[in-house]
Amino acid sequence: MKIVVLVKQVPDSGVERHLNGDDNTTDRVSAGNVINEMDEYAIEEALQVQQRHGGEVIVLTMGPAHATESIRKALSMGPDSAVHVVDDALRGSCAVATSKVLAAAIGQIGPDLVLCGAESTDGRVQVMPHMIAEWLGVAALTGARKLTVEGSALTIERQTDEGYEVVTAATPAVVSVWDTINEPRYPSFKGIMSAKKKPLETRSLADLGIDPAEVGFDGATSAVVEHSKRPPRQAGHKVTDSGDGGVQMVDFMAAEKFV
Amino acid sequence: MAEVLVVVEATQAFGVKKVTLELLTAARELGEPSAVVLGGPGAAAAMTDKLAEYGARKIYAAEAEEINGYLVAPKAAVLAKLVQSVAPAAVLLASSQEGKEIAGRLAVKLGNGLLTDVVDLDASGVATQVVFADSIIVKSKVSKGIPLVTVRPNAVTPVPAPATPIREELTVELSEADKLAKVVDRVAEQKGARPELTEASIVVAGGRGVGDADSFKLVEELADLLGAAVGASRAAVDSGFYPHQFQVGQTGKTVSPQLYIALGISGAIQHLAGMQTSKTIITVNKDEEAPIFGLTDFGVVGDLFKVVPQAIEEIRRRKG
Ligand SMILES: Cc1cc2nc3c(=O)[nH]c(=O)nc-3n(C[C@H](O)[C@H](O)[C@H](O)COP(=O)(O)OP(=O)(O)OC[C@H]3O[C@@H](n4cnc5c(N)ncnc54)[C@H](O)[C@@H]3O)c2cc1C
Ligand SMILES: Nc1ncnc2c1ncn2[C@@H]1O[C@H](COP(=O)(O)O)[C@@H](O)[C@H]1O
Repeated sequence: MKIVVLVKQVPDSGVERHLNGDDNTTDRVSAGNVINEMDEYAIEEALQVQQRHGGEVIVLTMGPAHATESIRKALSMGPDSAVHVVDDALRGSCAVATSKVLAAAIGQIGPDLVLCGAESTDGRVQVMPHMIAEWLGVAALTGARKLTVEGSALTIERQTDEGYEVVTAATPAVVSVWDTINEPRYPSFKGIMSAKKKPLETRSLADLGIDPAEVGFDGATSAVVEHSKRPPRQAGHKVTDSGDGGVQMVDFMAAEKFV
Repeated sequence: MAEVLVVVEATQAFGVKKVTLELLTAARELGEPSAVVLGGPGAAAAMTDKLAEYGARKIYAAEAEEINGYLVAPKAAVLAKLVQSVAPAAVLLASSQEGKEIAGRLAVKLGNGLLTDVVDLDASGVATQVVFADSIIVKSKVSKGIPLVTVRPNAVTPVPAPATPIREELTVELSEADKLAKVVDRVAEQKGARPELTEASIVVAGGRGVGDADSFKLVEELADLLGAAVGASRAAVDSGFYPHQFQVGQTGKTVSPQLYIALGISGAIQHLAGMQTSKTIITVNKDEEAPIFGLTDFGVVGDLFKVVPQAIEEIRRRKG
């Protein structure tokens, strides 16, 4: 089974993040950049499918040049090789354009299964898997907390607000995963060493046959007009419980008309 | 006035979700709202009264077993045809997993821009979003096509405006590509009578400080007394105290209730990402240095096992 795992480099969500003042894009330079956390679960799932069914695992990233750090880190967990779509013209790309580029790169690789995270921590859009599936005309099984592979038959448990749905499809398909699906492995020392030598190919827009006018700022289907910092919340009243903390809490709730 | 399409979100039992009433309210500011019901047979009839009460001038009914039989793609297919034929001023969907997924497919089909997690949309099509753990406010616009927008639950206060909708049937014609992901089973997990987390006006959330799964009953007891939903921090979920679908935060649900009560939660940035647009925040934490106090309206520094039972007793006493 040929598996592509989508891995996105994102600014670390544990520290304050910014947008650039000049063009309203995400500041990916000053922030510490990490692998989108949910994608580590997708990598782990890909490796487990590979362990059971054989085949190869290919990491696919679209992102600026420094995304190679995250690609090497992803490779140190165990995937066989990586493809990095990198092109100056991609800066400022909207979700529609990003999905088009990723779909084109996937189309060239021709996998049976595409695994990705359920959402990215910077965009939080949760749209990429269905958008990619729409371009490719393949199935999308999204929000999986469990994946079973039997030959070409895929079954997931899709987490919903009310419980879960059991959804099936045949390969080729795109499957997105939540962080409840597995426990990602830590890269071993051997993994880290071998990751440096694993094949990492780059693709430009020309390699993918995509016109630069369709992506980046020029081709964007939506645009940020302005951004500002949200005024921080003010801390209110704080009491130390000396036996009547619960009553004081209810006094506050009553004053605010919650009880 | 221009037509604005509102895609209806319903429960399994054909109940109109609160977020749909919010969407109808928002749509009335932009034009004439038309509700689009995508569901199994009988769905539109069951929901007509509610949709009328909140101002739907028209109800488009696309009813077929196949719509629920396959994941997302059929809904996007029906909707794309409708958008092409009526050329609406805007399309509004809920910013839920499915709402975003339908919108994503629609954006690709129509080559149209898409804005998600919107909290406000003005008549000129400028949308307000809050990003990066809700620390930054962004104003965006669709620059290709019509405003295709998913709106966060609780961003708008639903206001009734009774109308008499006309019903229009839509034909459901699906291609093979729409029927690739088959839903073979829907399993309901414990839910009870509590409101849904993202829609609730009050959320009572517990963290690692709650200590164990059994003690979450205390969180539930307070929630039920207030008619609230129960939430949990990731540490509480990871420790097995409470199920994952109730996780609040960056990798869980985003909530924006009138009141958020945080019990034994420290306030890590990833937790704040999911709740800091709550109108009022109450905290109980024994560590007075806990970061969550920095955004708390009323905080009690103390042991939640003393404070919460006392609060429960006091609420009961006042209710009589
Ligand atoms: C990429 C990423 C994504 C994440 N996503 C999320 C997310 O979606 N949601 C989320 O919540 N976290 C998320 N986290 C985890 C987050 O960083 C914190 O680890 C987590 O929120 C901590 O949960 P907590 O506050 O319950 O636990 P702790 O930080 O351990 O805090 C427990 C608190 O309880 C208090 N306490 C203990 N006993 C009592 C008592 N008897 N009475 C009163 N107070 C008591 C303590 O003083 C302490 O402040 C994410 C982390 C990463 C790296
Ligand atoms: N630029 C990208 N490169 C590789 N994968 C991506 C990219 N953007 C999104 N993804 C994948 O799509 C998933 C969902 O992202 P999103 O729709 O942005 O929330 C992520 O978890 C990634 O696996």
